[in-house]
Amino acid sequence: MNPDAATIAAGAPIEVDLTPIASGQDIKVFWRGKPIYIMNRTKKQVEEAQKVPLKDLPDPQTDQQRTKPGHEQWLVVIGICTHLGCIPIAHEGSYDGFFCPCHGSVYDTSGRIRQGPAPANLPVPPYSFLSDTKIQIG
Amino acid sequence: MSGPSDFQPTNPALKWIERRLPIMGLMHSSFVAYPTPRNLNYWWTFGAILSMMLALQIVTGVILAMHYTPHADLAFKSVELIVRDVNFGWLLRNMHAVGASMFFFAVYVHMFRGLYYGSYKEPREVLWILGVIIYLLMMATGFMGYVLPWGQMSFWGATVITNLFSAIPYVGDSIVTLLWGGYAVGNPTLNRFFSLHYLLPFVIAGVVVLHVWALHVAGQNNPDGVEPKTPKDTVPFTPHATIKDFFGVSCFMLLYAWFIFYMPNYLGDADNYIPANPGVTPAHIVPEWYYLPFYAILRSIPNKLAGVVAMFGAIIVLVFLPWLDTARTRSSKYRPLAKQFFWIFVVVCILLGYLGSQPPEGIYVIAGRILTVMYFAYFLILLPLLSRIETPRPVPNSISDAVLAKSGKAASIAAAFLIAGGLLIGGAQNARAEDSHGGASPPGNKWSFAGPVGKYDRGALQRGLKVYKEVCSACHGLSYVAFRNLADPGGPGYSTAQAAAFAAEYKIKDGPNDAGDMFERPGRPADYFPSPFPNENAARAANGGAAPPDLSLITKARSYKRGFPMFVIDVVTQYQEQGPDYVAALLQGYLDKPPAGFSLPDGSYYNTYFPGHAIKMPKPLSDGQVTYDDGSPATVAQYAKDVTTFLMWAAEPHMEARKKLGLQVFVFLILLAGLLYFTKKKVWASSH
Ligand code: FES
Repeated sequence: MNPDAATIAAGAPIEVDLTPIASGQDIKVFWRGKPIYIMNRTKKQVEEAQKVPLKDLPDPQTDQQRTKPGHEQWLVVIGICTHLGCIPIAHEGSYDGFFCPCHGSVYDTSGRIRQGPAPANLPVPPYSFLSDTKIQIG
Repeated sequence: MSGPSDFQPTNPALKWIERRLPIMGLMHSSFVAYPTPRNLNYWWTFGAILSMMLALQIVTGVILAMHYTPHADLAFKSVELIVRDVNFGWLLRNMHAVGASMFFFAVYVHMFRGLYYGSYKEPREVLWILGVIIYLLMMATGFMGYVLPWGQMSFWGATVITNLFSAIPYVGDSIVTLLWGGYAVGNPTLNRFFSLHYLLPFVIAGVVVLHVWALHVAGQNNPDGVEPKTPKDTVPFTPHATIKDFFGVSCFMLLYAWFIFYMPNYLGDADNYIPANPGVTPAHIVPEWYYLPFYAILRSIPNKLAGVVAMFGAIIVLVFLPWLDTARTRSSKYRPLAKQFFWIFVVVCILLGYLGSQPPEGIYVIAGRILTVMYFAYFLILLPLLSRIETPRPVPNSISDAVLAKSGKAASIAAAFLIAGGLLIGGAQNARAEDSHGGASPPGNKWSFAGPVGKYDRGALQRGLKVYKEVCSACHGLSYVAFRNLADPGGPGYSTAQAAAFAAEYKIKDGPNDAGDMFERPGRPADYFPSPFPNENAARAANGGAAPPDLSLITKARSYKRGFPMFVIDVVTQYQEQGPDYVAALLQGYLDKPPAGFSLPDGSYYNTYFPGHAIKMPKPLSDGQVTYDDGSPATVAQYAKDVTTFLMWAAEPHMEARKKLGLQVFVFLILLAGLLYFTKKKVWASSH
């Protein structure tokens, strides 16, 4: 009952052009049926994310671990709440990151869980920068 | 099913069969001669009611499956087409959907009855455990069935529930992938759920046979909790129990029919009339009402794994009930303390159900935690403790003693059903998913189609069609309505020729022709209203990022929160016009200038009734915009009312047939119940 060959093939990597995403904006793309948020964070958001002491985090991870060096303003996360799988809404909630409307989990500007029943940070999908304005997810 | 039967058919052919397969003897000893305690009250008829519900669900389900398409792109539409085009499809679907709720309602009554009268105690432990297994199977079946219409709640309910398994350490994620057959809930998930939803009812039927078998071995429990000793304590199953069960079933059917014919959407969720969209989570995900108490338990625990464990534990604990409650006295009738705590427990369950439907914030979370603790404490602390410290009242020597001593305070059927109805209403907390913060509650309107004998106002339908065609259709589709429907009975009342002429005014894309090209031709009655945009993205792009929704189902897909106690009162008043009230209010709710202090995003307009107030649709109607030729006032209020009436018809073209048939069914059921009641009195005259 696991995914069949066609489903697996359709899950091959995709390329995304980042040029249309202005600072402070985000887009949602689908990869393997999952929504992926690509967020062009403002300076303020990046600083907020980097400043948080690790001990304040239920699932400690630094912002550096969740972004690619040299491309710190870009946050790429799978938009699936780690609680029970709803899609959190971007730019909402008390940490200016994501807010999950289902059971009220709040994520910060780095997609890390700060409050609510979700146990873990929003996962970062495998991706790499092909150029400064293009990433490949998968 | 208890031992060999002495049943001997007289017909030689039957005799021949009976010698080889003693099935008639089995039936005879199980359902005719079977001795049943003579003091059973009406709570015991729920067993028969449940058997009937199972049979009805299977029959309606099998027919529905003949018309249903289990595919992510087609499922939603196929369900709509069942309701619109299949002969009596609306009835089948309502029976099946409402039937699921009724099935659960009856099973809850049945379980609480077992709890109260100690029906799980020695020697009925296996009987009880089989019952818990049936309940678990029912929950799985009900959940998968809810996914099949592939609306927003189906999809997101499936996502949330399957993700419960991801809480299992180490193997959780692989299990979830296995359940999905993909990387997210999608077409493979829908297909396997359909397959299992078809299979499980038959598994349930199998376990029900075991359940009945175990029942007939141990014998039925009874309100006094003493085993029958002499033949004086029992009466033969037929005619006594049979006729009583028939009467109970017919009363239950009245309740069932109330929902089928008059409030088919009350127990459902408006969001499920929006096709599944993997990109948008509804603001407030609620499961069906019968899962709400467990959902509340899940949410009240701040840790994911612990929450899931508690939720499943809340059901599994029932299995151990026979060993948690070791009191020797069975029936709570003779247990003064257990009796009070039982009712407290019932209230706890109902309150948990209510909380499950509320957003997980503030006071609700705290209340949820307290009630969760109480739920578990009842089973794990209270029952074991009570069995040690409580002094029960003396139980009667025998059932016939109990019957003779009875002073007429036995639960009358009326009281029983009143309480039962109350329980259902308490449990059926169908929190409308529409997020109401920031949207005012729309004012109520007088709709011609409201109430048990409501009919569409033909004039309003025709005018509404005109408003739709001249105004709304520029951006909004109406893709489930065909031109031929305009001539259907119960609709706007056009003739077939008028509908054909109306269709011919449209250009419909068809093809490919012999040369392989697509071409346009005039519409035919069988065509559907063409949508203004070729696909959702085009609609979105042309409208500033918000796609105008298709209007075929809009009056059912929109709602607003009624709140307590209105949602209880609505069951009696049959109020279910939240959708039309909202649509009509929205059309008239535009303010030229937003109130001070409200910052309106660019490209949005202020609407009093739109959740969040910032709507992308510009004010669509203004006075005099559409000319009416029947002299009705050309005002926004009139336009809004007419077009809403028209859209209500578009969402439910068979409403008049539904209400009409409902009336006939009610008359029939009331007569039937009356006749059965007097027959039952006659049959039992010598036994009471
Ligand atoms: S799914 Fe996001 S909080 Fe539960």
